[in-house]
Amino acid sequence: MFETVIGLEVHVQLNTKSKIFCSCPTSFAEHQNKNTCPTCLGLPGALPVLNKEAVKKAMSFGYAVNATINKRSIFNRKSYFYPDSPKAYQISQFDIPIVENGELYIETPKHGTKRVGITRAHLEADAGKNIHDGAVSKVDLNRADTPLLEIVSEPDMRSSDEAVEYLKKLHSIVRYLDISDANMQEGSFRCDVNVSIRPKGSEEFGTRVEIKNINSFRFVKQAIEYEVERQIEAWEDGVYEDEVWQETRLFDVNKGITKSMRGKEDSADYRYFPDPDLRPVIVTDDMLEEAKHIPELPDEKVERYVNKLGIKRDDALVITAFKEMAYYFEDMIAGGAKAKTAVTWLTSELLGRLKKAGIDIQNSPIDATTLGKLTMRVDDGTISGKGGKEILDYMMENDARDIDTIIEELGLKQVSDDGAILAIIDEVLSANSDKVEEYKSGKDKLFGFFVGQVMKASKGSANPAKVNQLLKERLS
Amino acid sequence: MITLKEAMSKSKEELAEIRDELFKKAKESGLNAYIGFETHGEGVPILIKDNIQVHGWSITGGSNILQGYIAPYNATVIENMLKNGFAPAGRANMDEFAMGSTTETSFYGPTLNPHDTSRVPGGSSGGSAAAVAGGEAIAALGSDTGGSIRQPAAYCGVVGFKPTYGRVSRFGLAAYASSLDQIGPITQNVEDAAILYDAIKGHDSKDSTSYEFENEPIYGNIDADRKLTIAVIDNYIEVASEDVKKAHDEAIKALEEAGHTIIHKNMSNTKYDIATYYIVATAEAATNLARYDGVRYGRRCENPKNLEDLYFRSRSEGFGEEVKRRILLGNFVLSSGYYDAYYLKAQKVRHLIRDEFKKIFAEADLILSPVAPSVAPKLGELQDPLEMYKSDMYTIAINLAGLPAISLPINKNSDGMPVGLQLIADAFEEKKLFDGASSLERAVAYSK
Repeated sequence: MFETVIGLEVHVQLNTKSKIFCSCPTSFAEHQNKNTCPTCLGLPGALPVLNKEAVKKAMSFGYAVNATINKRSIFNRKSYFYPDSPKAYQISQFDIPIVENGELYIETPKHGTKRVGITRAHLEADAGKNIHDGAVSKVDLNRADTPLLEIVSEPDMRSSDEAVEYLKKLHSIVRYLDISDANMQEGSFRCDVNVSIRPKGSEEFGTRVEIKNINSFRFVKQAIEYEVERQIEAWEDGVYEDEVWQETRLFDVNKGITKSMRGKEDSADYRYFPDPDLRPVIVTDDMLEEAKHIPELPDEKVERYVNKLGIKRDDALVITAFKEMAYYFEDMIAGGAKAKTAVTWLTSELLGRLKKAGIDIQNSPIDATTLGKLTMRVDDGTISGKGGKEILDYMMENDARDIDTIIEELGLKQVSDDGAILAIIDEVLSANSDKVEEYKSGKDKLFGFFVGQVMKASKGSANPAKVNQLLKERLS
Repeated sequence: MITLKEAMSKSKEELAEIRDELFKKAKESGLNAYIGFETHGEGVPILIKDNIQVHGWSITGGSNILQGYIAPYNATVIENMLKNGFAPAGRANMDEFAMGSTTETSFYGPTLNPHDTSRVPGGSSGGSAAAVAGGEAIAALGSDTGGSIRQPAAYCGVVGFKPTYGRVSRFGLAAYASSLDQIGPITQNVEDAAILYDAIKGHDSKDSTSYEFENEPIYGNIDADRKLTIAVIDNYIEVASEDVKKAHDEAIKALEEAGHTIIHKNMSNTKYDIATYYIVATAEAATNLARYDGVRYGRRCENPKNLEDLYFRSRSEGFGEEVKRRILLGNFVLSSGYYDAYYLKAQKVRHLIRDEFKKIFAEADLILSPVAPSVAPKLGELQDPLEMYKSDMYTIAINLAGLPAISLPINKNSDGMPVGLQLIADAFEEKKLFDGASSLERAVAYSK
């Protein structure tokens, strides 16, 4: 009888080489405050200069989510005091962001494909980090002024599962675009959740509560579910007005609960105004044209895999969920592998083994060309499926990668030659003439027995399909 | 006193000697124009306002809160100066963070006017102007946000030039109001101003508000014989003191005699300029000065109890009255509920002010205007902040419109105090401005 309403704000750290307003590297630094300069330290007299690469990345995101890219956008100063904010204001976009009115699509079990609106995406500078060390607090500004793209969704999601689907899709898109490493644990993909409830059928929104900085999809789900329960309980107990107000809460990972961050009376006034140190960001037609050159995105890949490669939609969704997997799959196909066989060997055989070994697809010890070759040998009957699995196991442990040599070495080559198989069949049949009689008099089940005997006699090297075909001919 | 032009032909050794003599004189004079005697590199010594970063110097913006801060880099103007044979030598006193019109808000105490030590030198670049006027510096750099170069130049009887916004890089200038600030020279004469301006100007990729333009020198190309149409603003003069009116009349007469055409114009009441300026400037200042928080550099309060206490006491103890007043005002005009009524409205008025200048420049080459309503006031005379704000009435509109203007001495009043006037040009018309200023300088023949 309640409906959950969820909107998400995601901070994506853009993977530009240098920071958004100075030329300091964004790469890992061996010690604190190493990647800093007068600008990102907020020293007197230092000025910001916008990094065009960050603008380009924001634009390609805008294009990818079918959004409006504003030809003129503005950077504002957002004022607040905190030690990790060296200027005591953050440079961010406010009333005129670079990207507005986009959308993406998620798969839902109940409603199929669902559209989620993207209100806006704006560029801003990241803060540094405060490090609390006993009685001493330290400030590390290596991260200060790293470019962020804050992506704000419409309140279009109706369950924690939909929220997670949206995040996964967004994550996948920014990874395909190569605009961010989007590593949640490392904080390059950070998520704030806005949750409210309302009676089913009501048009009005309930009171929105923000849960900040959740660093895994699982925690997002947990945090939303806890918060929804808390709000419903307050409603049912008649204390909704008292216990649910517009505030920021934090998710306690250990207890699985959300907690109030600050008191009710404390609402921040950021005193936004246009930063006089920066001119408006003007996007030219050439820049817009350039932003359209983006890689193929997951939705398009799914369509192509289904329509052109003839694989199942569910398989296509699994493969395209991560760009590394999609690229691996495409490399297999490019090497000559058949799509359907490639899907099986990639998603169940290889992934199963990698998962066991705790390895990501991008670090797979077996590359796409090698696995592709293996599937081709299965498809052309050189080896059996069982033989293929044996080779895969062998390669997980050994460095050898030449499939044909491994087949020879392990003696896995199937006998597909009709004459050789027929010779074995005849031998088996004559040694079991009584069973042949029984079979011919109607005991069909014995067919399996003959196949088994032939395979056994060939020491497993006979091509089972061939054995089946030839046996049928001989016994007819 | 040797001029900048003369100094440029001196040898390294001679320049070092001149610098030592200037320092010695400054230490003995008691004007308190210098607050430091640092040097950096070799060349013609130029006194530097305490808000322009010089590598290795203590740069404090005249404030307690930056005590102990050593600048780790050079402002672009300093780099440019060094490339052109000029060397920063000594730090000039100033109003704290350039907020003031008398140099009395400095943490280092007031600078005195060399023409009458009971009077202020003006501000905020009071140290720079007093030193040049007092023979303690050949030339100096100042910064002008609402008149901070031109007004002290006028009070001290020297030349002060504020370039078009975007002509001179602000990189390395501790910001007061980013959309108004501009660095410029304070010199003994118009030609020297052109020399020093040529040395510091130019596009800078480190300053997003810097303009790209052909860097043609002014010095060597000044044409004092060029005949110009010069507008005077009648309603400006009506409210000026008798001293200023007299200088204004004299200047008009001299300009007419020199063959220029004078036309008469009116502009909107300067009360709108003052209101607009004190909204825009304080809004920007409140955020520009937020970085002085006692966390990373400068002065921190003793034994802070917690973070809030650290912020609160470091800033309460570190900033002076006037700076606090402007931070409060700036935060107020940006606050939710007041933003539209103040900040947004001020931005609109700023456009109207720009348009008003544009209209005049459609008919006139230059505008002649007072710099300040009177001669330099006595120390402590401008106690009421509103009275002090009013003394900026003739200068701030030029910053709001981003125009170039040059202040030069015209005559002295009966007390021997100099009276200066300013010439204003349309944006990027520096060449025309210097042509007119040279002509006016020659025509009035001001004697120190």
